[in-house]
Amino acid sequence: MFRWSHLVIYICVQMQFMLLFSRQGKLRLQKWYVPLCDKEKKKITRELLQTVLARKPKMCSFLEWRDLKVVYKRYASLYFCCAIENQDNELITLEIIHRYVELLDKYFGSVCELDIIFNFEKAYFILDEFLLGGEAQETSKKNVLKAIEQADLLQEIVLETVSQIY
Amino acid sequence: MSPSVPLQEMIRAIRSARTQCEERGVIQRECAAIRAQFRQADNGGRSHNLAKLLYVHMLGYPAHFGQMECVRMIASSRYSEKRVGYLGAMMLLDEKQDASLLITNSIKNDLSHSNQYVQSLALCTLACMGSAEMCRDLAPEIDRLLRASNSYIKKKAALCAVHIVRKVHELGELFAPAARSLLSEKNHGVLHGAVVLITELCERSSESLERFRKTVPDLVQIMKGLVISGYSPEHDVAGISDPFLQVRLLRLLRILGRNNETASDAMNDLLAQVATNTDSTKTVGNAVLYETVLTVLDIKSESGLRVLAVNILGRFLLNNDRNIRYIAMTSLQKIVGTDHNAVQRHRGTIVDCLKDQDASVKRRALDLSLALVSASNIRSMMKELLLFLSSCPPELRSQAANGIFTAAERYAPSKRWHIDTILHVLITAGGDVRDETVPNLIQLITNTSELHCYTVHKLYRALLSDISQQSLVQVACWCIGEYGDLLLRGDCQEVEPMQVCEDDVLDALETVLQSHMSSTATRGFALTATMKLSTRITDNVDRIRSIVSIYGSCIDLELQQRAVEYNALFKKYDHMRYAKKDSTHFCCCGVILFCSVNSFAFNVILEPECEQLTMHVLTLYGLTL
Repeated sequence: MFRWSHLVIYICVQMQFMLLFSRQGKLRLQKWYVPLCDKEKKKITRELLQTVLARKPKMCSFLEWRDLKVVYKRYASLYFCCAIENQDNELITLEIIHRYVELLDKYFGSVCELDIIFNFEKAYFILDEFLLGGEAQETSKKNVLKAIEQADLLQEIVLETVSQIY
Repeated sequence: MSPSVPLQEMIRAIRSARTQCEERGVIQRECAAIRAQFRQADNGGRSHNLAKLLYVHMLGYPAHFGQMECVRMIASSRYSEKRVGYLGAMMLLDEKQDASLLITNSIKNDLSHSNQYVQSLALCTLACMGSAEMCRDLAPEIDRLLRASNSYIKKKAALCAVHIVRKVHELGELFAPAARSLLSEKNHGVLHGAVVLITELCERSSESLERFRKTVPDLVQIMKGLVISGYSPEHDVAGISDPFLQVRLLRLLRILGRNNETASDAMNDLLAQVATNTDSTKTVGNAVLYETVLTVLDIKSESGLRVLAVNILGRFLLNNDRNIRYIAMTSLQKIVGTDHNAVQRHRGTIVDCLKDQDASVKRRALDLSLALVSASNIRSMMKELLLFLSSCPPELRSQAANGIFTAAERYAPSKRWHIDTILHVLITAGGDVRDETVPNLIQLITNTSELHCYTVHKLYRALLSDISQQSLVQVACWCIGEYGDLLLRGDCQEVEPMQVCEDDVLDALETVLQSHMSSTATRGFALTATMKLSTRITDNVDRIRSIVSIYGSCIDLELQQRAVEYNALFKKYDHMRYAKKDSTHFCCCGVILFCSVNSFAFNVILEPECEQLTMHVLTLYGLTL
């Protein structure tokens, strides 16, 4: 259901989705990098949330779920959960999650769940400046934050009529 | 940064709803307002409206009526509206929706916009949800951006190209030249994107793979630069310089070095250097080490390097961090076939992980432990595995039980040990074993004639203590029926002496017959066993007869049929039963009937004397052998 390309020996891996949710099972952010209909997304979300929330605190950050690997980590009241394909490096995925949390923290200044709730669109903008198509696009924290800052300034300006460079 | 007040007010209102019903009411009102606003002319609050709708969508409510608004907003000249419009497109439109095609033109325009942040929105959206059609349409644009734009755009264009290639494999050819030249860039973001793109191209086409093998020296150089370079604050994570890029480089090297001696040689020194110099005190260092190990084990590396890699995994196994132990075992599983001895060295630690609290770690440890069982360690390993079985989580029991059986079959040091082990498993986890365990065990017992006495005693004892495990009860009943005389004789050397009289045995069988825990199949076994005992015992034949006749009116069809047949045998061959006090004769009949009712493929060994009797019985019931 999730795979849309198959090669026999295929280690080109992709992050399929990232979910942020609270301990009560409320979804705070969902980023999907594979095409699925709403019904499927809801089903996956419901099942995965249940599975992750049932885990005990000292357990492994990795779990096998359907044909994917799920990497998750809890920061205060929020669970950050990524689904990667079977050949991927789980440890670096943990670092990606951590980097995203650091970015949120820097942007909001000591981020908490309420920041993500009331400014959810900003959380998406930051994520989209860090990951593109499920892959890290910028490995420097400073550069990501700078880009967001510039884009935020742009919000105030009405752009000139759309101009072509070429 | 202007706060979207209307949005935050709505969020507050929704959150203060005390019941699900109240929440739904608030949302319905808001959605109605949003819909009305969508229909109005531009009033400057369009982005807030769409944002509200997206929030509602995240809570799980329908928001498809916002799709066209997304399309409109994307075409707006205001950046704030474009930004939310594209976000909405990524959330509400996917390639399966027709509306997604409508934004292709906007994306195309925005890819050439003079402002890089607008270009960025278009690139992000295309890479997130671009359909194959959109990808084909826009690929030339992306290629142009790969060659001539600033770093900010190039890095995004590279990942966009990755998405395009995943959707439309043939387009890989288009991006190959640009990808190659990107490797000479200094910007880490661009390099990272380039490496990901080249990795994708190499995985898709063997021509690309051949072509990009030539870049191995360049890749090695880049990697060396990262490993040796001094502290770079911009990319440093706990002392590792740009771990994300390092991991990607290692992965690309893996693909290029696979099945290729030259390429593998060229990267050998580098891999050794990374493996030895990377700091493993933090997760980030271990992430790089992990990728290094995966690469070393997959390419044609020198044996010294391979040993180094396996040792790293061995160190991982001892790490306090459960995550590290888990991935160590995953990797060891992959090489247990090829580097068996190397992995055997860590057997002790792996077996310890069977006791870990985490079920995922337990599962990995079980897989590995079973793979490490050999003729030399079978006894000690089996002790650990049986201990594990008695306390393992239910989802692993079947795998553990079946794994133990396979191992026992392959490496059993003695028949008695084999039978003991199987019995132990049946007692502990009889409900989780495969169906063929019962006939297999019966076969094994039959063939081990020197242990018939021992086996029947052990099984009888097991039956006395617990009749809930169906497979165990079935084998026990069969054994008692077959070797009941040995049981009654009571002089087995290998077990503690136990006085068993005929009534005791029949009591046990009757308990099984009457218990609500016994399945139909189990009752069948018990009934047949009772019947077979009629030739082995002398005093209680009437009791057997009455048990059997009771089941002649049993509701269950199979049991009834069996009981009726046995009754007929009682009557017809009574004179023969006592004339020939040879258990084999009745044994044959019992087995044949048993076979016919159970459709098992049994090896029935016929003594020549009872052939005539057997044929008689067969014709009586219209059966053939």
